[in-house]
Amino acid sequence: MNLKEKITASFTAPENQGEIAKNALFGEKKLAAFNSFKQQDFPTTKNEDWKYTNLKPLLKNNFELFPNKTHTLQEKDIKKYLLIEESSINLVFVNGFFDSNLSTNLQEISEINTLSSIAAKEKSQAEFKQLFETTESIDNCFVNLNNAFLSDGVFINIPKGKAYEPVIQILYLTHGDAEASMFQAKNLVFVGENSQVKIIESHYNLSENKSLTNSFTEIYAGKSALVAYHKIQNDQVNASLIDHTYVHQKSKSEVSLFTLSLGGDLTRNNLVFNHQGEHINSNLYGVSILNKSQHVDNNTLINHQQPNCESNECYKGIYAENSTGVFNGKVYVHREAQKTNAYQQNDNILLDNTATINAKPQLEIFADDVKCSHGCTMGELDNDALFYLKTRGIPENDAKKLLLYAFANEAVENIKIPSLKKSIAHLIDEKLDTLS
Amino acid sequence: MLEIKNLHASINEKEILKGINLNIKPGEVHAIMGPNGSGKSTLSSVIAGKEDFEVTEGKILFEGEDIEELAPEERAHKGIFLSFQYPIEIPGVTVTNFIKTAVNQMRKAKGKENLPAKELLQMIREKSAMLDIDQKFLSRSLNEGFSGGEKKRNEIFQMAMLEPKLAILDETDSGLDIDALKIVANGVNQLKSKDKAVLIITHYQRLLEYIVPDFVHVLIDGKIAKTGDINLAFELEEKGYDWIK
Repeated sequence: MNLKEKITASFTAPENQGEIAKNALFGEKKLAAFNSFKQQDFPTTKNEDWKYTNLKPLLKNNFELFPNKTHTLQEKDIKKYLLIEESSINLVFVNGFFDSNLSTNLQEISEINTLSSIAAKEKSQAEFKQLFETTESIDNCFVNLNNAFLSDGVFINIPKGKAYEPVIQILYLTHGDAEASMFQAKNLVFVGENSQVKIIESHYNLSENKSLTNSFTEIYAGKSALVAYHKIQNDQVNASLIDHTYVHQKSKSEVSLFTLSLGGDLTRNNLVFNHQGEHINSNLYGVSILNKSQHVDNNTLINHQQPNCESNECYKGIYAENSTGVFNGKVYVHREAQKTNAYQQNDNILLDNTATINAKPQLEIFADDVKCSHGCTMGELDNDALFYLKTRGIPENDAKKLLLYAFANEAVENIKIPSLKKSIAHLIDEKLDTLS
Repeated sequence: MLEIKNLHASINEKEILKGINLNIKPGEVHAIMGPNGSGKSTLSSVIAGKEDFEVTEGKILFEGEDIEELAPEERAHKGIFLSFQYPIEIPGVTVTNFIKTAVNQMRKAKGKENLPAKELLQMIREKSAMLDIDQKFLSRSLNEGFSGGEKKRNEIFQMAMLEPKLAILDETDSGLDIDALKIVANGVNQLKSKDKAVLIITHYQRLLEYIVPDFVHVLIDGKIAKTGDINLAFELEEKGYDWIK
């Protein structure tokens, strides 16, 4: 039985019907998503967008799809996964289910909810349904799978004119009992007109068993909204992640998305930005530092559909010891999108002969009055720079680290939350120490 | 302090230095002049330990010790400093952070604790004032977008902070206007002492008017062709290099 057959069988198995039907709010959607999923196949390397990421070995795992709900985690166990300590709102999910004991500061806040709690409250349901009607439908095999098996997720709805001060930290923890488990994660973020929000999302496998997390995030940024979203990917080597994040922006909004990939086995990030107004800013920053056969694929698409918008993309990659990086950055400037400014930069350092980078900047421009630039570099550490540092008494390893850190910093310096920037600097420092 | 004996060095199997002899004693200032391509910068790189060059024959002794096997950082720890002709730009590392790392690595190599932040800042303030360096300059990324003069001044600032025994100034005067040249020369002169030595590598005698050398050597085709005092520099300025060959 291959994975698709297993998924199909699990969805229709009588013993799982309770779990599937439980969330009435999604009941219909689940079935529809499942039916679409059945019509689709997992992408292979023959698919242009997946040419450099082979899912075959990963999908050979006999994933358990309905993970156990119970756990023994305590607050002290999860502290190390929280990147900022100040008064943040922490949402903790274990095996896909929200855990109110591990989460903090949640009860009083109406803007931040879980999908399951919305479903449980009749009052919020109508409002949610109304909002939900406005979401874009996405027909993608992993998104369908996510919708079909979803048990819970984050629902953030910041009303008009609210600069939401505390940082929201979303932590998806898993500890599958089966040899391999698949988890679904879902974040639905609505940010009202003139509102602001800052979010950190991360996934950690706490068990010795293999895991695949299939995560789906939708961000709807209203007029003049300001969103800073950070994806921290620093999981164990037995954990893989497939992420789909769709960002929809109304006029004058600014969305910055930072992706830090340090850990995990296979990670695939699919980022799609859609512009639904003018004078929009989209910022995409990424840092990947990999070793030991890790694989990270950053696949980004910026859809410039409207005039007078700007996008900035800066991805930095450092690869060692059999690791592979993929960068596929597509910027699509539609015919209507005059006066577009689109900048893309992707720089890569290969630290040894066993590491690989596949980079594919892709610009498709159908408007004639635009400013678009893209740059892509691949190379090794600059020997002259190393020599310079060494003549100042800095030993080789420290000198290398300093140069690599400075290289990554070009993306990191765009993070606006000082405490998070500090934590990320620390994570990068630790990761650089593991490179030989 | 520095004894170079019959030094031959090559890069990619091309011999650049063809038997150099040089003896620099504490307290002395030496200048090496020579036409383009004579091996001046190679000599400074080889003394500082650049691995691209291979020493095929001869010896470099620093305070009596053969330093051929020492890495550049180890030579730096022993007190050799090279001011670069083309300092490297390092975005993302501020001048202050860089100098802090360098100072503390030097101390670590000598078995000392890190310099307390307050003392370090005090030292930075003094040395930067001496070189007329703006405080804002110190929080900029190392050499990134610096003008030629700023880069050179930053090199001398690093030298002042690291207090080497032997300072090698590789074309430090190039790209400097007369005011900057005076400031840099003044910085170097303040560091001179009876137990320190300076090796100036230059095209022109201009800098030598401000930092007066005890010896002037003329390097031609990888060999020292002539040695004299400051008057040799003036003579070269007037007549060029051809008459020496």
